[in-house]
Amino acid sequence: MSVGLTRALRWTRANLFNTPLNGTLTVVIAFLLLRFLSPMIDWAVLRASLSARDDRACAAVGGACWAFIRDWFRFLIFGRYPYAQQWRPAIVLVIFVALLLASFSRRLPARRLAPAWLGGLGAVALLMRGGVLGMPYVETGLWNGLPLTLILAAGGLGASFPLALLLALGRRSSLPALRVICTCYIEAARGIPFIAWLFLMLVLLPLFLPPGLVIAKLWRAEIAFALFIAAYLAEVVRGGLQAIPRGQYEAADALGLGYAQKTLRVILPQALALTIPAQVNTFIGAFKDTALISIIGLFDVLQDTNTALNDPAWRMAYVEGYLFTGVIYFAFCYSMSLYSRGLERHLGQGRR
Amino acid sequence: MGSGVQDRPMIELRHVYKWFGAQAVLSDVSLAVARGGRVVVCGPSGAGKSTMIRCINRLEDHQQGEIFVDGMELTADVKQIEAIRREVGMVFQQFNLFPHLTVLENLTLAPIRVRRMSRREAEDLAMLHLERVRIPEQAGKYPAQLSGGQQQRVAIARALCMKPQVMLFDEPTSALDPEMIKEVLDVMLELAQSGMTMICVTHEMGFAREMADMLVFMDRGEVIETAPPDLFFTAPRNERTRLFLGQILRR
Repeated sequence: MSVGLTRALRWTRANLFNTPLNGTLTVVIAFLLLRFLSPMIDWAVLRASLSARDDRACAAVGGACWAFIRDWFRFLIFGRYPYAQQWRPAIVLVIFVALLLASFSRRLPARRLAPAWLGGLGAVALLMRGGVLGMPYVETGLWNGLPLTLILAAGGLGASFPLALLLALGRRSSLPALRVICTCYIEAARGIPFIAWLFLMLVLLPLFLPPGLVIAKLWRAEIAFALFIAAYLAEVVRGGLQAIPRGQYEAADALGLGYAQKTLRVILPQALALTIPAQVNTFIGAFKDTALISIIGLFDVLQDTNTALNDPAWRMAYVEGYLFTGVIYFAFCYSMSLYSRGLERHLGQGRR
Repeated sequence: MGSGVQDRPMIELRHVYKWFGAQAVLSDVSLAVARGGRVVVCGPSGAGKSTMIRCINRLEDHQQGEIFVDGMELTADVKQIEAIRREVGMVFQQFNLFPHLTVLENLTLAPIRVRRMSRREAEDLAMLHLERVRIPEQAGKYPAQLSGGQQQRVAIARALCMKPQVMLFDEPTSALDPEMIKEVLDVMLELAQSGMTMICVTHEMGFAREMADMLVFMDRGEVIETAPPDLFFTAPRNERTRLFLGQILRR
């Protein structure tokens, strides 16, 4: 034990008190941690109420009101989806987490990834909708909460990616008409606030559809979202395309590769690998922007929290409610960040 | 076959001009290279040497005159350009290997995608050429893990995997450390002995004397002198050639 103690002391001296400046910083930071962390732990853990009846009971104890989360848990996650059928969105969540894990661990080879996600999203839509296999039909207006957020994010980001590639390539095309169209589209989509874009698309999209064909608001929002993100992502990809040295194009040309092969096999793989940090930045921003669709009356996971907080018994539990929702957002955003870091390492191996 | 295909030059440039703005970078360049011919192009920097060979596979376009490769004329027709590029291999000063692919993948990409070879066939061919350039053990590595000399030999093997009729070399040793130049030149000499049609822009005059059957001296976009190596080095006719050789051989 004394060996362990000696080693701990030595580590402390070597790492925390090796210079006067470091020693001072260690003391200051330790003080700040104690000063601010301890009341936080006190609030979140020691004085927290798990079984209180309402927010006033919590206030009496003076700690966090986790009882609100416990009471409203299913609603916070699934919203107004029919209570007895909530096993279906629960399975949907399992499918999403499984897909994320499969992608994250690289269990699936890259070329199976897209089909797996497509199949997964199909299964998700089927489960949510029902009307087959004895599952009662549930209209999209009742697809709420976390499943809705994930459907919007996965579908929107997934669809925006190929579109962004086309826009980026189009903007660098040697055909002037194509270049102008792509540039105009990108600038228009980026120059309009997402909310305005959303309203615009809700109204405009039906005009492009054959009469009689009605698309649920959810899917119109999904399309609007994908089109919006694609503009941002296209610029990220274009940045990567511009970073590829001319020699790479020339080497591909000299080998007789045509435009498609050159782009797919030589240029894009490098441009995409180069821009992973910026792509993830866009994806994470977009994931959180899904919350804006509550404005057109869709109930995403954040809107569920807002709704639950209307319960007179829990009016004051908003800190707990938003913390809970925040943790959910964080978990997904951070997992995207982790995934990209792994991908960068994987793609960077032996390169430089 | 006394005439016809065998007599036709592998590469022919007829009165080729190219301008960057008002400045002529190629000016009335004519050149014929027979099948199996080995040409070294030399001259001061800015002479248009690189531009000329880059016109042969249309990495640059010429604005006047005609260029024929194996009887096919280079025009703006993309299909024709791609057909010519399949027959013309090129090695660059900066190697230009694909950094995201392994050495083997660098070599098999074009044979599989352009020549429609099976993966198996392409890999066998790639290993054959890697042995030819003496680095088969590097097949699984990425370009950045190799030395400059090794990368340039991979680049040569990559071009050879397309089974080209002609090989173009654009200053292939200029970006290399001195100790690596020989390993690349040795590979090129072997290639020359195998009967490949080659055009090489280089400042390595010892190599030129050994490999070439024709030397071309260019200056300011013009072909100044064309001669077999023994005449070129011992009895250059043009004053500018003499000046250049005096400068470069004294080093």
